[in-house]
Amino acid sequence: MNASVQPVYDVERIRADFPILAQQHRGKPLVFLDSGASAQKPRQVIEAMVRCMEERYANVHRGAYRLSEASTADYEAARAAVARFVNAADPREVIFTTNSTAAINLVAHSWGRGVLKPGQAVLVSEMEHHANLVPWHMLRDEGRGIELRICRVTDAGELDLDDLEAKLADGKVGLVAVTHMSNVLGTVTPAERIVAMAHAKGAKVLLDGSQAAVHRRVDMQALGADFYVFTGHKLYGPTGIGVLWARLEHQERMPPFLGGGDMIASVTLEGSTWAEPPAKFEAGTPPIVEAVGLHAAIDYVSAIGMPALEAHERSLVDHAMRRFSDIEGLTLLGRAQDRGGVFSFALDNAHPHDLATLLDRAGIAVRAGRHCAEPLHARFGLEGGTCRASFGLYTTQGEIDYLAEALTKAREFFA
Amino acid sequence: MFDDLRDLYQEVILDHGRKPRNFRRLEDADRTARGDNPMCGDRMELFLKLREDGGIEDVAFQGRGCAISMASASLMTETVKGKQPAEAQALGEQFRSLAMTGTCAECGASLADEMERLQPLSGVHEFPSRVKCATLAWHTLNAALDGSGKEATSE
Repeated sequence: MNASVQPVYDVERIRADFPILAQQHRGKPLVFLDSGASAQKPRQVIEAMVRCMEERYANVHRGAYRLSEASTADYEAARAAVARFVNAADPREVIFTTNSTAAINLVAHSWGRGVLKPGQAVLVSEMEHHANLVPWHMLRDEGRGIELRICRVTDAGELDLDDLEAKLADGKVGLVAVTHMSNVLGTVTPAERIVAMAHAKGAKVLLDGSQAAVHRRVDMQALGADFYVFTGHKLYGPTGIGVLWARLEHQERMPPFLGGGDMIASVTLEGSTWAEPPAKFEAGTPPIVEAVGLHAAIDYVSAIGMPALEAHERSLVDHAMRRFSDIEGLTLLGRAQDRGGVFSFALDNAHPHDLATLLDRAGIAVRAGRHCAEPLHARFGLEGGTCRASFGLYTTQGEIDYLAEALTKAREFFA
Repeated sequence: MFDDLRDLYQEVILDHGRKPRNFRRLEDADRTARGDNPMCGDRMELFLKLREDGGIEDVAFQGRGCAISMASASLMTETVKGKQPAEAQALGEQFRSLAMTGTCAECGASLADEMERLQPLSGVHEFPSRVKCATLAWHTLNAALDGSGKEATSE
């Protein structure tokens, strides 16, 4: 690795921003390797949310008084920050939801029921998180004549593009809804290529960027997708806020999902008319404090710089690949060419839950189970699940070494 | 690194986890039940062969899961074989108390020998997320004895 050509940052200085990382567990430092499930929060995010509640909080879009105006300005500034972060053409393309799951459900309910036609199909992949599978099962099972197709994953854990092409061939697919980065395999999917293939066959594209948006610079104008979702809590922001990026032309055609305050233009007892996008999709009091927190999180990662984050992660991935390949009896799930810092693995003599209990005793937090991707584990014959280590911007090579050492000792423990 | 985990993973647990006893199908079973902890993927099928008087003549299981759940199922089959259903269910109650608290205040002298066999699993009470691994087999046994046909879970 040639460090001189890579933008780097001082990980130890970054770690000092995360109060929770100073914790000890049974006298051992916390080695937090579950950022793929939810990332830890820097002081800057925590303080921004406290400041919002202590100094600038009121409901948004309502009162003609100073605090409500301040709060509204902060909430809309968060929308603008998200738009800049993903290089959206217009801040109105950004709809705030509660998380990625809510964002996908919004598309399934609104676009899926209002725009998709009977006889059309939704095409997902075998490596989807349940959040991008179950809403489509529900849509299919409503008897609207919507078909659900599944694109296969190769043994290497990559999207099978031949299968994708075959399943798009008849032109019946109305939406391709796939992950931009697998939460189990770490595989980064070739999003631009998928978009080109889908659009050539008249299908729209939804990308689940829950993992990808944390690890890479994502650019809505370059990707050319139709819908993109991600969530705040994996991006070092708070829980309770997610993002649906949707082209305005789609928002115009989509009926509202939830009805209530803030999403209407006018209401009589007999009926109502809808507000303009994106307000049409933000019924009720939105997650105001959380939006402020997400804004702070975006400022935080932007100050480090996504290229620097990517370079740091690439060095971690290379290091992890080297260390993990030395461990006898360890199976890594997936070996995609293009991958991020998510590793699911199994030891030949330890069940993932037993392994996770051991690692916890060493102060290491990993996820055990099937990581909301049961079909993918079945695909690789690992119905019992795996353990998953996922990295964040605060992860160090030393932590990966410590995990590798613990895995070797765990195998001896169960021998 | 893991020495203090020997309280949880005692040799008897590791042994039963690796080589579970009575791990087979009973083709002539009178009762069967499935147990499933969907969050962790543990799954088992329990088979009971009953005597004329209702007692448990034979008991066996198949399935997959962590060392704790496999060992617990294995030890359970050894413990309840030959028992009347009421005795087996009483043992299950005591075992759940043992798994959740580490002690068995209510264990009378009549159950002492059987509870002694299950004692190695008491360490699980210090691991709240793992208690359900230990109790799945006993939930499944209850489902089989009730004959309810409902899938058991300890989640």
